[in-house]
Amino acid sequence: MINFVLQKNLHTANGKMHLQVDLQIESGSFVSIYGSSGAGKTSILRMLAGFMQPGNGFIQLNDDTWFDSKNRINKSPQQRSIGFVFQDYALFPNMTVQENIAFGLRKNDDKKIVSELLELTGLNNFASRKIDALSGGQKQRVALARAIAKKPLLLLLDEPLSAIDNMMRSQLQTTLLELHRHFTLTTILVSHDMDEIVKLSDAVIHLEHGKVERNTTPASFFMQANDTSMLTGKVISIEDNGSRTLNVVLLNNRLIKVNSTREDVNFKVGDKVEVVYNDAVPLIRKL
Amino acid sequence: MVELDPLWLTLKLAFLTTLILFIIAIPLAAWLSHKKSVFKTIVEVIVSMPLVLPPSVIGFYMLLAFSPGNALGALLEKWFDLRLVFSFPGLLIASVIYSLPFMVHPIQSGLFSLPPSLKEASYSLGKTKQQTLFRVLLPNVKSSVLTGLVLTFAHTVGEFGVVLMIGGNIPGKTRTASVAVYDEVEAFNYQHANIYAAILLILSFVILLLMYLYNRKMAQVKIF
Repeated sequence: MINFVLQKNLHTANGKMHLQVDLQIESGSFVSIYGSSGAGKTSILRMLAGFMQPGNGFIQLNDDTWFDSKNRINKSPQQRSIGFVFQDYALFPNMTVQENIAFGLRKNDDKKIVSELLELTGLNNFASRKIDALSGGQKQRVALARAIAKKPLLLLLDEPLSAIDNMMRSQLQTTLLELHRHFTLTTILVSHDMDEIVKLSDAVIHLEHGKVERNTTPASFFMQANDTSMLTGKVISIEDNGSRTLNVVLLNNRLIKVNSTREDVNFKVGDKVEVVYNDAVPLIRKL
Repeated sequence: MVELDPLWLTLKLAFLTTLILFIIAIPLAAWLSHKKSVFKTIVEVIVSMPLVLPPSVIGFYMLLAFSPGNALGALLEKWFDLRLVFSFPGLLIASVIYSLPFMVHPIQSGLFSLPPSLKEASYSLGKTKQQTLFRVLLPNVKSSVLTGLVLTFAHTVGEFGVVLMIGGNIPGKTRTASVAVYDEVEAFNYQHANIYAAILLILSFVILLLMYLYNRKMAQVKIF
């Protein structure tokens, strides 16, 4: 369990902002921090890592106090059991893939973890490559493996996949989830990407202007009952199979098929429609 | 026949100056490349002074400071039996101070240009500041370090004013090649002057050429 209260006055691109959060995160869970840019997401990660000192508050991981402003405790990043993955990878260009991954190991640590991680991240064939000779996706795999090699209690990910194309991103998300489970990590991910958050996390923290707006599950976060935005589209073609009519609707540049029964209103090609869900079955309504 | 002593002395002075500055400049540059404070700015100004001051000014003040008639000079003589004026050790100290910016600036700007996340990544992997400096930061600014080494060496070879002020012109002890050129010209011995001058010219050209070729290979030429 990681428990923290963080307060700090931040200078952002949009002016001054007071960050104030009070959060508890279960061990072994995968939590995403979501919010507009400048909301303080990265600052929270940096304070947890010890790169930035909070003005006030405390950080407690199980029985270990990392920061406590009242008792003047402030452990250095070196003394905190963290793995940090940066947006720009921050790999060491003077070392090979293998050397990067092994960099965080202490003298008596088992070196087998390096080959295990190379295997898990699919980097076996790249072990002795220099960093400059890798693609963006491969670099982020190395960064992930390097952060995990010293078996941290807390894994902090600062928009690690934002610079990577969609195909690769989806594969990396799968790898990330496997690693999170395999090493029973507690993971905090800063992300803008809804897909990613829903796919990966157990909980999502919505941060705006330095305050927590909501702390809930991804499903209930993104599927809000009072969502007023409508899914609107246009009927493109209609197929008749006896009792049912199949309407093909163009929705956000994609085609979907929606059934309607004979009793329904008859749609014509070109009708503007709204797609609504009834018990998870899509229906269309004329606009 | 020209004497080779001044050339050897020049090379010895340049080599030792570069070596000493290499050891001093790395921690200094690392410290200066961090966050700024007023104190650091003052230190930065002091480090950069030799770039703008006439060498004779630096030489003059060092001459005053080191002379046994003044506090520092007297202290050195009393405690260490060391007289720095008109001696090789004095020359070496003067030359270390005079070439300080040529070693510190390239390394400092090299370290400053590295993304801060490299340092933070190393800290998050449990490495101390020293381990981070020697295993992560410096290996990634090799060309800046090389630039510092080469510029310091070449600059010391070309030093004249400070040498003359603090070292005088004692053959075999403080008479470097640049002083020898001056000396030979004074004596209307142009042929000898020409030999020293030509050797210095070629030496400087070759040193700088090698540095630029190496840095071009590294594809990141960084001189200030």
